[in-house]
Amino acid sequence: MRGRFAIGPTLITVAALLYFFVPLYAAFQFSLQMKRGTLSFAAYGSVFQDGVFINAVTFSIMASAAAIILGAILVVPTAYWVRLRLPKLRPLVEFISLLPLIIPPVVLVFGQIRMFGSSSYLPLTTSDWGTNVLLVIGYVVLSMPYMFRAVDNGMAAIDIATLTEAAESLGASRFRIVTTIIFPNIRVAVVSGAFLTFSICLGEFAIASLLNRPAFGPYMVQLGQDRAYEPAALAIMSFALTWVLMALMQAFAHMKPGQKLFFRIPFKKKSPTP
Amino acid sequence: MPDVIDQRPSTRFGALRTFRWTWLGAVPFFAFSVLFLIAPVSYLVVGAFQTPEGGFTFDNMIGLASPIIAASYWLSIRLSLASAAIGTVAGLLLAHALILGGAPVWLRRALMTFSGVASNFAGVPLAFAFIATLGRLGLVTLILRDVFGLNLYGSGFSLFSFWGLAITYLYFQMPLMLLVITPAVEGLKTEWREAAESLGASDGQYWRMVGAPVLTPSVLGCFLLLFANALGTLATVIALTGSNFSVVPILLFQQIRGNVLYNPNLGYALALGMILIMSVSNLLYLILRQRAERWQK
Repeated sequence: MRGRFAIGPTLITVAALLYFFVPLYAAFQFSLQMKRGTLSFAAYGSVFQDGVFINAVTFSIMASAAAIILGAILVVPTAYWVRLRLPKLRPLVEFISLLPLIIPPVVLVFGQIRMFGSSSYLPLTTSDWGTNVLLVIGYVVLSMPYMFRAVDNGMAAIDIATLTEAAESLGASRFRIVTTIIFPNIRVAVVSGAFLTFSICLGEFAIASLLNRPAFGPYMVQLGQDRAYEPAALAIMSFALTWVLMALMQAFAHMKPGQKLFFRIPFKKKSPTP
Repeated sequence: MPDVIDQRPSTRFGALRTFRWTWLGAVPFFAFSVLFLIAPVSYLVVGAFQTPEGGFTFDNMIGLASPIIAASYWLSIRLSLASAAIGTVAGLLLAHALILGGAPVWLRRALMTFSGVASNFAGVPLAFAFIATLGRLGLVTLILRDVFGLNLYGSGFSLFSFWGLAITYLYFQMPLMLLVITPAVEGLKTEWREAAESLGASDGQYWRMVGAPVLTPSVLGCFLLLFANALGTLATVIALTGSNFSVVPILLFQQIRGNVLYNPNLGYALALGMILIMSVSNLLYLILRQRAERWQK
């Protein structure tokens, strides 16, 4: 039987709640004080008026999106194929996909910079384009543990062997099976992996900074050195964004296949004009 | 449609023909991992045992004991231990309060969800939030000064120092601990407690003889996970202290930027040391977790 909420546990919980919320409140309050003697959202306005901010956020959103797409293309077929035909390889694939948890990003990018530097066989860091590719690849590696786990859990929930046999018996090609049967069935899992990837990559600092990319993470660090109130505004906005991403992820993670998260806006077909 | 079936033999009948091709499906993943994860890391590992001319040597690994590098490792390890210890205790107390202390279900659920967010809220924004809280002009610093007459910075505290960083890390360590220890705390069955009480055990005896032995492997494992988590933290430190606080990731960062150690191969050894510490703590975490899972059925 569960007793009353006793005095000791209550104190601990209150202390934890204070610890969690005071920094958020402090950042919020601080962010409102940009104009002397009055509370205003001036710091937020100032952030959004900065062209560099817009560019940095856009750059990071694009890099994260590219990492999500590349990661899904890499992980979904592999997880599918390993489950279906290569179960012996499963422990190895799982081990590799968890490796990035042991390798800190700063170590990973160190190796990549040396490996793909100007004197290597594949000198990616010598061009802007190549460096961007390397950044996206770094993000794919960083998010691999989360993406693989999400997708693999998603596949455990559906009977891929039966789905595959049914599709094969109707003459579908491998490519078609993965894109039109497997992928839609684990879409929810992929999306939840995607949100996590996004929240990791958007403000990522080490890789972006060492590759000299104009990304959001390095921008924030620079802003923290130059300004007082804008960083607090950024902290609030980025906490809100993380919250939204996690909420969306949770919503998708608890969704059954086929269930819609949002209501579809009824779409009327235009009647053909004569 | 016999023609369609002929082109795509099923595994049962075409086992011989498909055998070789099955492997191709895993090639993209392995190629990617080898090229962009395993090879770059191996490059560092091999480089750690090479002279600049390419010969084999142990000098770089011995070089890790040089004053600057050893001090950096020692600082990293102390900071990670301190932050993991505080995080473990705080998270365990909170988990105990929420699960066994009779907290309302809505509160428990809300804090678990919040923890999912907070454990991901690391990096630069976290540093900014703490500057607004405990910085020189932070809210708590000012309240302590104006209301309680306590000059935090006058008494030797600084957010931009060892303990300041440890308090900041707690913001993602405590939620992480709460998330990973909850299954273990929930695994303490009420029957065990009832059995102990019916045999006349006191609260202290129950915890000493039943609760603690069951929880210990989980708690130790989670402690190691938190330790590894703190060890790899870079962005929070940079945003708080610039690059003056030379934990290993910072030193590595500076080495990549500008070869501050004046020896590229020593930099590789620095990275290898970090990989080794991370591997050992994660490996022990996995072993301890397996041990702990015996009780969670």
